[in-house]
Amino acid sequence: MMASYTRMVVNGLQTLRMAIKSIKGNKVRAFLTMLGIIIGVSSVIVMVAIGQGSTKEVQDQIGSLGTNVLTVSVTGSDVTFKEDDANQLKDVSGVEAIAPTVSGRVTVKNGQTNAQVSVTGTTSPYLKVRDLELQSGRFIADLDNDNHSKIAVLGSSTARTLFGFGNPVGQYVKVNGTSFRVVGVLQSVGSSLGSSGDSTIFVPLSTAQRLASTTSIGSVYVKVENENMINFTLRRIEQKMFTIIGDEDSYSVSSPEDLMETASSVNKTMTLMLGGSAAISLIVGGIGIMNIMLVSVSERTKEIGIRKAIGAKRGSILLQFLIESMVLSSLGGIIGVVLGVISAKIFTITTGTTIAYSVPVMLLSFVFSLLVGIVFGVFPANKASKLDPIQALRYE
Amino acid sequence: MTNFEPIIQIKNMTKMYELGGETVMALQSVSLDIQKGDFISVIGPSGSGKSTFMNMIGCLDRPDSGRYLIDNEDVGQMKSSQLATIRNEKIGFIFQNFNLIPKLTAVENVELPLIYRGMKTAERREIALSALKKVGLVDRANHLPTQLSGGQQQRVAIARALAGSPPILLADEPTGALDSKTSKEILEIMNLLNEQGHTIILITHDLDVAKQANRVVRIHDGQLYENGGEWFADTENGD
Repeated sequence: MMASYTRMVVNGLQTLRMAIKSIKGNKVRAFLTMLGIIIGVSSVIVMVAIGQGSTKEVQDQIGSLGTNVLTVSVTGSDVTFKEDDANQLKDVSGVEAIAPTVSGRVTVKNGQTNAQVSVTGTTSPYLKVRDLELQSGRFIADLDNDNHSKIAVLGSSTARTLFGFGNPVGQYVKVNGTSFRVVGVLQSVGSSLGSSGDSTIFVPLSTAQRLASTTSIGSVYVKVENENMINFTLRRIEQKMFTIIGDEDSYSVSSPEDLMETASSVNKTMTLMLGGSAAISLIVGGIGIMNIMLVSVSERTKEIGIRKAIGAKRGSILLQFLIESMVLSSLGGIIGVVLGVISAKIFTITTGTTIAYSVPVMLLSFVFSLLVGIVFGVFPANKASKLDPIQALRYE
Repeated sequence: MTNFEPIIQIKNMTKMYELGGETVMALQSVSLDIQKGDFISVIGPSGSGKSTFMNMIGCLDRPDSGRYLIDNEDVGQMKSSQLATIRNEKIGFIFQNFNLIPKLTAVENVELPLIYRGMKTAERREIALSALKKVGLVDRANHLPTQLSGGQQQRVAIARALAGSPPILLADEPTGALDSKTSKEILEIMNLLNEQGHTIILITHDLDVAKQANRVVRIHDGQLYENGGEWFADTENGD
């Protein structure tokens, strides 16, 4: 038993050496054979890195919203929800502060420079509720809201676009043609999925409502007093909203957890689909390996005959070809992993998108490529091992 | 050199083939004993059943009926994996076309039978080099077959057959692909090996080659006849 085990190990090592030798003897062919696996593995890694990168980004974004902020959105078009209604939410127990908002998109102009940005009309507590910081100047004050003042606070990227490195505070910008005085600039908050959280301007709620000729509120950010009580507060707000609006399909109250779940489930599906399509190319790569191994078996019929005549058993021949296809596929896998990591890096450098490498996915795709080598190597190897030595020796 | 100790005992061996729906009796009840240390030639024209007989002796194929003992082991009904072991341990093949593996160097080719015994690298290399030394090619150990002449390739093949020190050397037309001068060299080596105690079975259609052996048997239409040399000599004399 022991002797046969040693024999197997010696045989295995020797076979591995033979396989490497045979691959070295035909470098171009080996490379082309591995190409399918290389492309498969590297695309799995790149796709998953991009997918998980965007998941991470969205999660960071949602995290930056604060874990103690609830979002109340009014979705029904035939219901009215005004500032006074929103203010009722302030009385709900457990609520620390609220910030009603209306939002839209506007063109902002400074002289010849203009930019398409999102506009948010809100009240002074917004800064505290959303945990934002000012770079310079001040935020919207209660007085601005009462007076329908034409003042604006710029997001950092809007400020950069319109004023370059100059100080915008005290300058005027035109919002959809109307002149607004800039009173402050916000610190950068980062961006997600291509839309920048900094390409914004903030104006007083009343001014924004006038701009949009509406009196209703789009959504309300609610800061709760105690993070641990967030779900209780959420229920109470839901009850309050029901008494105000009366139609439970026309509004939604969501916690950061809800948002996080939605975002990650969308991203999970995306990552799965990207990874899946890349996995298909791995299987195609496996078929390529099988094809070449079959060619190799028929090319080496004579060699198989010689080996069998000299005393190779079926198992030895099977092992030889199986190891050869495994070496091909796993080598392809290793090259694929390296290439994938490099390509993802290049992708993030050139596009500025966040990526997240996943070591389990790298290991998995490597193991998968090894499996592909075994699965698609078995058929040719079995074919080789079953050759009749007499016929094989006669083969020219 | 014959010790009267049979290394091969064949009794009533038969083999049939299906060829295009027709049954061909390739071997019809062949019996033959070969003694240890013997040098025997099997001579016969093509189509005589000579190749079939060689495949049987070489354990590449199994007889339909009859007994075949190598070294007192009944190989007639062995499984193919057992036959592989017998081929590896008992028989050294020397082929007409040398049958070296082109990608492997001379010494690696000689090592092959030892690899299938699971021998470790260093030990294997040592034995392979000493086998190459016996055929005078140790200085070409790291040459590829394509870098060697026909005669040199055949000597490598002989070294490969010797490496596993099998009791039987089975040579199938070993000089068939060589010119007369190299043929002579190869036959000299075989004679020398026989003197050193190796049992040699030489399959050929060439009487001059067959005459090197101290016993010649003839195969014709699937039957085996003793004194093949005399028969051939007679036919050549026009009898």
